Amino acid sequence: MSEHIVPRKTYYIVWALLMALMIITAALSRVPLGEWNTVIALAIATVKALLVLLFFMHLKYENYRITWVAVIGGFFWLFLLLGLTMTDYLTRGPSGLAGH
Amino acid sequence: MSSTVTTAAVERTNYLNVDYSLKSWLLTTDHKRIAILYMLSITAMFFIGGAAATLIRLELLTPAGDLMSSDTYNKMFSIHGIVMVFFFLIPSIPATLGNFLVPMMIGAKDLAFPKINLASWYMYITGAGLMLYVIATGGVDTGWTFYPPFSSTYSNTHVIAAIIAIFIAGFSSIFTGFNFIVTIHRMRAPGMTWNRLPLFIWGHYATSVIMVLGTPVVAIALSLIALERAFHLGIFDPRMGGDPVLFQHLFWFYSHPAVYIMILPSMAVVSEVVSTFSRKRVFGYYAVALASVMIAVIGFLVWAHHMFVAGISPYAALVFSLLSYFVAVPSAIKVFNWTATMFKGSITLSTPMLYSMGFIGLFTMGGMTGLFVASLGVDVHVHDTYFIIAHFHYIMVGGAVMGYLSGIHFWWPKMTGRMYPEVWGKIAAGTIFLGFNLTFFPQFVLGYLGMPRRYHAYPEEFQVLNVMSTAGASILAVGYVLPLIYLMWSLRYGKVAEDNPYRATGLEWRTPSPPPTENFAETPIVTWDAYDYSSLPEEVPVAR
Amino acid sequence: MHDSAHVVEQPGLRHHFADMEQQRASATLGMWVFLVTEIMFFGGLFLAYLVYRSAHFGAFAIGSEHMDFWLGTINTVILLCSSLLVALSVHAVQVGKTKLCAVLLLIAALCGVGFLGVKGVEYYGHYQEGAVPGPYWHLDLPQGTDVQNVQMFFYIYFVMTGLHAIHVTIGIGLLAVIAWFAWKGRYSPAYHNPVHVSGLYWHFVDVVWIFLYPLLYLISAKKA
Repeated sequence: MSEHIVPRKTYYIVWALLMALMIITAALSRVPLGEWNTVIALAIATVKALLVLLFFMHLKYENYRITWVAVIGGFFWLFLLLGLTMTDYLTRGPSGLAGH
Repeated sequence: MSSTVTTAAVERTNYLNVDYSLKSWLLTTDHKRIAILYMLSITAMFFIGGAAATLIRLELLTPAGDLMSSDTYNKMFSIHGIVMVFFFLIPSIPATLGNFLVPMMIGAKDLAFPKINLASWYMYITGAGLMLYVIATGGVDTGWTFYPPFSSTYSNTHVIAAIIAIFIAGFSSIFTGFNFIVTIHRMRAPGMTWNRLPLFIWGHYATSVIMVLGTPVVAIALSLIALERAFHLGIFDPRMGGDPVLFQHLFWFYSHPAVYIMILPSMAVVSEVVSTFSRKRVFGYYAVALASVMIAVIGFLVWAHHMFVAGISPYAALVFSLLSYFVAVPSAIKVFNWTATMFKGSITLSTPMLYSMGFIGLFTMGGMTGLFVASLGVDVHVHDTYFIIAHFHYIMVGGAVMGYLSGIHFWWPKMTGRMYPEVWGKIAAGTIFLGFNLTFFPQFVLGYLGMPRRYHAYPEEFQVLNVMSTAGASILAVGYVLPLIYLMWSLRYGKVAEDNPYRATGLEWRTPSPPPTENFAETPIVTWDAYDYSSLPEEVPVAR
Repeated sequence: MHDSAHVVEQPGLRHHFADMEQQRASATLGMWVFLVTEIMFFGGLFLAYLVYRSAHFGAFAIGSEHMDFWLGTINTVILLCSSLLVALSVHAVQVGKTKLCAVLLLIAALCGVGFLGVKGVEYYGHYQEGAVPGPYWHLDLPQGTDVQNVQMFFYIYFVMTGLHAIHVTIGIGLLAVIAWFAWKGRYSPAYHNPVHVSGLYWHFVDVVWIFLYPLLYLISAKKA
């Protein structure tokens, strides 16, 4: 069996980190920090997602490179969809969205 | 005609005669049988889409909208588009030739997920069945593009049912896509490295990546239309703060790459056919393989060129226009390389070769006119005219469909164990080529002169060109019916085929025609490059 | 053909695969690629969210203030814990504790049910408050609020969490089925990839929620 057995301790540590990050993000959301609220919240969410992807989903222990390519590609494609579409919405000028 | 071959064919068990029961077909997990099931279904849908096209062309014989009301005409072009795009072109080559050949070409016994393969066919059938129900009970009139607010608010036709049909068919596409990707990564025979893969595989790999990344986005776009229609909410409705252009972004994010789903497999066929009938390896193997991947990638970056006049920001339009020029480059590379493959090759003008050569010419014309419309300034004038219709039909029909026919004819002996009558093959190819050009070339002129699309009436001065187009369509129709007849005829009366009648190099030709269920008696071990004609068992002179 | 010997040695090996490793690797890659399609499927909704939030931040913030912060947080905890349980279940079967594996999967599935229950309570709360867009909308908002776009926020909220809830439901079914097979002894250290692959699906559902939580519940520092 070429599959790596991740020790349970790793899972518990990751879970503890996830819970801690969740508490932090919930607490910080109550503190008005203007623009930074969004940035911090998304940054924490990204770290949480990475923890789940790398450890719970075993991405860190994957033997095959193509799995990494698929995951990175998937997220990259999402950003492509969001980013390229926003080149339209962000440059529309004062009239912005229809209905305004 | 060798009697030894005949006897052997009669005695030998293959994937077709191993079990004749209906259950063995409907519950098969054999990729070859599933390919045949798909072939039958998409052929049926092709003729239904063709029937809608016939009615369209009949209406357009006269300037007045006299054959049908404008509402009915709207339904005709909508049904034509939906059926042809979602139920014919998208599945066509991948689900038929791809399903049949991908495992064989890489030396595998089946696809990675045979049951999911069967499930994908059932999903296709369910979607197609629902679409037929929609057609039978009044159709849909939003165009295959489903733009809101018409689709979400004002249309009185079976929009939601049509959307569900397409959604289900989309799952079929996704399943096929990830099945191919995993198969190509994990199930290649020993020695079948990435740079020994036939270009057919590279093309299908790129296609599968598009299917996987793009289809879900159109699925969510159409789902939102259905929700909007059902619950009268406003994500695309300006009256409620929504933006109809947002739908267009989501729709075209898939539907532009979708056209590459439709063309890459045809290009994949052409690579195989041109090489075989020039008896020469494909010129610039790596360039063609890489070009397939580049088409898939760049194809995702250009979608808003369908929206230049929809109200997007002119700055975004500029970006997308520039990117749209880039996407032509890898396609052009392929055309150059196929041509270079034929140069100083030992050419046989067989039926598949005629179709592939036709593909190269017609696809080039379609592609070049794509460059015209990638230009913002030109597109402002020709958008929503017959110029666009001619442009994409040159690629979809002159390109994709001819590539499909090329492939069907090329691999017919392998799939069925029979040869079709070559004379009739050539007659049909010629008829289709002639009929196609007569149908669609006048449409370039019509569009340039200003005839809008999706209108059932037009100014008098456009009639001559429209009559030419309809005349061409009738010839094209004859051309399409011919293969239906002689291919079916060949199943019973055609000459029994050898294992490798064209002396082609792929692994699929190193098994019997038709192949046994498990494809290979022993797993092949590959030690030669693709298109290495000297690797064939018999000594055959090759062109360099 | 040496298949029969293989079948005895390698339970669960499908005939078209050369060996167990090829089968395992294929199934795993297949699920990952499928999850990529799910990223793009949800991605369309994230786009809609992004477009409307960037145009109407204020309205979105007001909408978010009307979300139930505590229920959302509880749901986040539930899903994170369920992911731990699923990860532990994979470990359990890898070391041969198949009954434990089944129990852990079942509890994870029940967490999912709990998640849906909380969501149901939340949805009912929104309905009572008048925050369901459309004919039943009667949310109390201060004068001068951009009501249209607060409705847009709620519409997107319902679609995103609704789609997520559908996926949770599918995940519950999947985990329950795999739990049943595990209890029946179908899996072992030598063959347990279905547990891993189902786990991948469940973790993905968790990852989506990890992003939905701040985007929907935590936009505004104020809470209504």
